[in-house]
Amino acid sequence: MFTRIISISVKEFRQIFRDKRSLLIIFLLPVSLLALFGYAISIDVENIKLGVFDKDNSETSRKYLSSLDASSYFTITEHIRKDNDVNELLNNGKIYAAIVIPDNFEKEIQSDKNVKIQYIVDGVDASTAGIVQNYLLAATFQFNGKIVAEELSRKGLKSVSPLNAEMQFWYNKDLDSTLFFIPGLIAMILIIITVILTSISLVREKEFSTIEQIRISPVTSLQLILGKITPYLILSLIIAASILLMGGILFGVEVKGSYMDLFIGTVCYLLATLSMGVFISTIAESQQVAFQISQLISQLPTIILSGFIFPIESMPYFIQLLSNITPSKYFIIILRNILIKGTDLAVFIDQIYFLLIFAAIFIFISAIRIKREQMT
Amino acid sequence: MDTAVSVKNIVKKFGEVNALDDISFNIKKNKIFGLVGPDGAGKTTLIRIMCGLLKADSGEVDFTEIESTKGKGKIKNEIGYLSQKFSLYTDLTVDENIEFIADIHGVKNYQTRRDELLQFTRLKDFRHFQAGKLSGGMKQKLALACTLIYRPKVIFLDEPTTGVDPVSRREFWIILSGLLKENITILISTPYMDEAERFNYIVMMNNGKLISEGTPSEIKAAMNMTVMEIVCIPVRDAYKILKKNVNSDVQMFGDRLNLIFKGDFPEVNQVREMLENNKIIVSDIRMKIPSLENVFIELMESGNA
Repeated sequence: MFTRIISISVKEFRQIFRDKRSLLIIFLLPVSLLALFGYAISIDVENIKLGVFDKDNSETSRKYLSSLDASSYFTITEHIRKDNDVNELLNNGKIYAAIVIPDNFEKEIQSDKNVKIQYIVDGVDASTAGIVQNYLLAATFQFNGKIVAEELSRKGLKSVSPLNAEMQFWYNKDLDSTLFFIPGLIAMILIIITVILTSISLVREKEFSTIEQIRISPVTSLQLILGKITPYLILSLIIAASILLMGGILFGVEVKGSYMDLFIGTVCYLLATLSMGVFISTIAESQQVAFQISQLISQLPTIILSGFIFPIESMPYFIQLLSNITPSKYFIIILRNILIKGTDLAVFIDQIYFLLIFAAIFIFISAIRIKREQMT
Repeated sequence: MDTAVSVKNIVKKFGEVNALDDISFNIKKNKIFGLVGPDGAGKTTLIRIMCGLLKADSGEVDFTEIESTKGKGKIKNEIGYLSQKFSLYTDLTVDENIEFIADIHGVKNYQTRRDELLQFTRLKDFRHFQAGKLSGGMKQKLALACTLIYRPKVIFLDEPTTGVDPVSRREFWIILSGLLKENITILISTPYMDEAERFNYIVMMNNGKLISEGTPSEIKAAMNMTVMEIVCIPVRDAYKILKKNVNSDVQMFGDRLNLIFKGDFPEVNQVREMLENNKIIVSDIRMKIPSLENVFIELMESGNA
């Protein structure tokens, strides 16, 4: 039983290492994908360009504006003189938001009147706009507090704020969104590379009809599948390690949980994705078709349904159910637990079981399909 | 019993097409058995069914004789198959390919046997070459070596000499006849009638049907026909004239015509005279022993009629 699996694996390894160019791609692609996506995917809002139209141009208005400019979130890039310019600058995308401070801003504050500051925000990208809105409101709120305190102290009173919310962020202290995305990124890169590699390797045997020599031999379809999966499992574990290392160097990712848990989780995930690849190769007739199906099946659900970018909890119920079709969902949970939270195996044992069941089902179906294909 | 394999009433349909229509025959042990017929006759389909790569709609392939000595379920190690298309790993070396096939058939100490086979097929100098870099003839020899590494009792060769140069083809045949000494039963399919003359026993197929079987001489004798060969110019005109004036079938082969007579036949000189009267230049005309090709064309034509 095992000697046949080993002989298929040995053969597969020989083929992998003979093709030096593909081997190089197999190793370089994941690392460069990580660097590329890691830098590109970040929803942290920084250096938002602001245009200001300060009609008042008083000490208070300048103080208010400089409080905005001082934070790392905003940079005042344009000083606007005419109403029309607001339109133009927003249209051109030169600024992300415009602030219009009315005439008599200072005077009206001093006479205890309610002053309105107008913000015009580019709402095309709803999520960024929302974040900008929150930042601006917070900044204004803070400034309000300052004015009130000054006013009160002038009148000889002390300001009080009875309630104070003190926030602490656990796990990802700085709310660094890159750190949050890294697990999803690792899951995505691994699923793409493993599914494509296995699906192609079996289809290639069909295309070159080398599979016939295996079929007339006593090798069973299960032995064939396991013999095919083993070398790619080893290969993709090495890839996973190199991605993690690169994540550490580029984005400061560290393993807070145990390495053993990480190893177990990764092996289970890879078993699931590799068996998916095997399954695809039982449907596809050519390497090209296998490649396309692999991309479709591995990439799309991982990006959309796995909780990588969009939180699953906020999806409609039906879509939430659908999200179970991708093993990435479970691996991302495992990875976030190990990499960011540092929790132990017991917390994500359900996810491990799911991945194993997923792998078993796909291996089983593939074995049956290969056996049946043999006969037609 | 001297039967290695018997094929019993095999039927296979692809959609509406009858690929194999009730085929039965026996393959004798330690003989070279030929499956002869044009492309599309059903040879490959039949071989694939015999190897277990394809399921027949009905009928069976019986390996009882081999199974009785080796035990049931062990049959897979006793069958070798050379497909028409090269089916080994082009990116692995000659040695590695043989090793892989030995491994998956559970052959433990294959090294000595491998050296022997490489010697036998004269591939020794190429053992570290990747299979994809070999010539067509060498590829076939490698495929044969791979098959023989696990010492099967029966080997099925699907058109092994198609696309192989004449010298390699000759060499391949010498290797095959050497195999008979190792108690191996060989089945070969071929579309070439000249090759078919070498077989110990032939089954002729056309359009999924078995049209004749026997040793080459039996098949020829059964047709009971006489052949007159005429080399002449222009062949086409001669063909039309003969077709009109002589009571026989006329077969055209490039620069020559064969007249097929069943029963009475005219004098050679009579035919020569008739052709020359019609301005045909006859360079050679004589009676000859019918070839399998003559027989086959005759059978096909009578089958279609």
